[in-house]
Amino acid sequence: MTVSKRIVLRFPRRLVERPIVYRLVKDYDLELNILKASITPEEEGLLVLELKGDQKEYDKGVDFLIKAGVKIQSLSQDVTRNEERCNHCGACITVCPTGAFRVDPKTREVLFDNEKCIACGLCIPACPPRAMEVHF
Amino acid sequence: MAKTIAEINEKIKEGKAVVFTAEEIIDVAREKGVKKAAQEVDVVTTGTFGIMCSSGAYFNIGHSTQRIKLGGGRAYLNDVPAYTGLAAVDLFLGANALPDDDPRNRIHPGEFIYGGGHVIEELVAGKDVRLAATAYGTDCYPRKRLETLINIKDINEAVLFNVRNAYQNYNVAVNLSNKTIYTYMGVLKPHLGNANYSSAGQLSPLFNDPYYRTIGIGTKIFLGGGIGFVAWQGTQHNPGVPRTEKGIPKEGAGTLAVIGDLKQMSPRWLVGSSVLGYGCSLTVGIGVPIPILDEEMLEYTAVTDADIYAPVIDYSDAFPNNKPGKLAEVTYAELKSGRIKVNGKAVPTASRSSYPRAVEIAAALKEWIQTSKFLLTESVQPLPGAESGVGVKPLNERPIEY
Repeated sequence: MTVSKRIVLRFPRRLVERPIVYRLVKDYDLELNILKASITPEEEGLLVLELKGDQKEYDKGVDFLIKAGVKIQSLSQDVTRNEERCNHCGACITVCPTGAFRVDPKTREVLFDNEKCIACGLCIPACPPRAMEVHF
Repeated sequence: MAKTIAEINEKIKEGKAVVFTAEEIIDVAREKGVKKAAQEVDVVTTGTFGIMCSSGAYFNIGHSTQRIKLGGGRAYLNDVPAYTGLAAVDLFLGANALPDDDPRNRIHPGEFIYGGGHVIEELVAGKDVRLAATAYGTDCYPRKRLETLINIKDINEAVLFNVRNAYQNYNVAVNLSNKTIYTYMGVLKPHLGNANYSSAGQLSPLFNDPYYRTIGIGTKIFLGGGIGFVAWQGTQHNPGVPRTEKGIPKEGAGTLAVIGDLKQMSPRWLVGSSVLGYGCSLTVGIGVPIPILDEEMLEYTAVTDADIYAPVIDYSDAFPNNKPGKLAEVTYAELKSGRIKVNGKAVPTASRSSYPRAVEIAAALKEWIQTSKFLLTESVQPLPGAESGVGVKPLNERPIEY
């Protein structure tokens, strides 16, 4: 069975210079799409990946990452909407490159589908009440 | 048969008033016909919830033991500068005010995380706010420095006073240039990448009384979750613009200046807002009740999004350089469909004002009226109308000779 998941990887300082992602392709035959990557000077590396492949190989690959010391989190937990702050104006809708926001035609409320979110962060400063939060 | 506001108020006091929101009345008018609906319905409630930049509040903070005269000095609320051109302890805070050390657009687009609108929201929420002030000192007001926490419940007055709100219609903003621009109408992508609009359309107050027959100076309204009043026509009130056959202005027209006691308002309806690359502001909730005096008023309130047109304006050149010319005219029904057509291209749309919150305001006002908590007012004086000659002039710049 093929799976496709979006995950956030955090590399501790000691791993930043090792070719970890290469092993995912070479040893576990996983297809990857890098959505975001950054290295904080003197701190850690952060990589947001879409990872696709056979379920068994995917599990083994994730297992390899954990053993290597990489912290893994599902992407959907990382971008959230503060429902108290969101006033459903719609400023985010055309800013989002993946169409993660849409208007419910009946209620005109803005719906957020975090499965479509690639954590690019464009919606965060574009939201007037600052309701979108990223937790990297 | 025509009704008077006094008669409608009698029905409200008895709990018998028939009230609909400006959204509900559309179907009521369709089902019953205008004549019957006008007889049966007493009030139609409207609502709008959007960023309204010309908003602010004034405060009287009370006199300290050794008196200080802030007038002519400097005062900051949570580091945001307040206007001190008034007497000793009166301050005015505008929604767009920014801390002196805010980087603004030095790194473009600036984020504008915190400003006057946010201070107003925090005060309304009952949070303590830091007041820091300096003064020059006089014989009667000797003190020169003041640093204290203040709270809305302790200060003498806190009054929301917005000089231009509730615009009757607004531009649809697009970008014809080849780079992304950051405007008060939001982020606009190049080459007609998106179109942003900002009106509640059929629910918006002034679309439901297009010639200001009932909305005037003194009209009692829903303001920021509490009660407020129309104080005056708003600045840039421009009633003489082209209108449709039904009287609906086809571009920005009438505006309202509104006032109300901030102490009875709520942070749900006054929200500090950050506009990327533009500045800080305040999102304001306003609702106006429209008395159904006769069939004409009923017809006005039955206006639908399909009847209301807005001009599409290029914000990369036409707007900033004050050049005339609209790219297209579209209805709010088209805007709400998610796509409009401009220069032959399908352009995705997004709203800057919240329709669900506008619905909520109209529903809240309806409930206040149905339960006899809110009576209507006669206006003291009408707003300047379409034939008044009142309008907006551009600035005539004149050289100063030395």
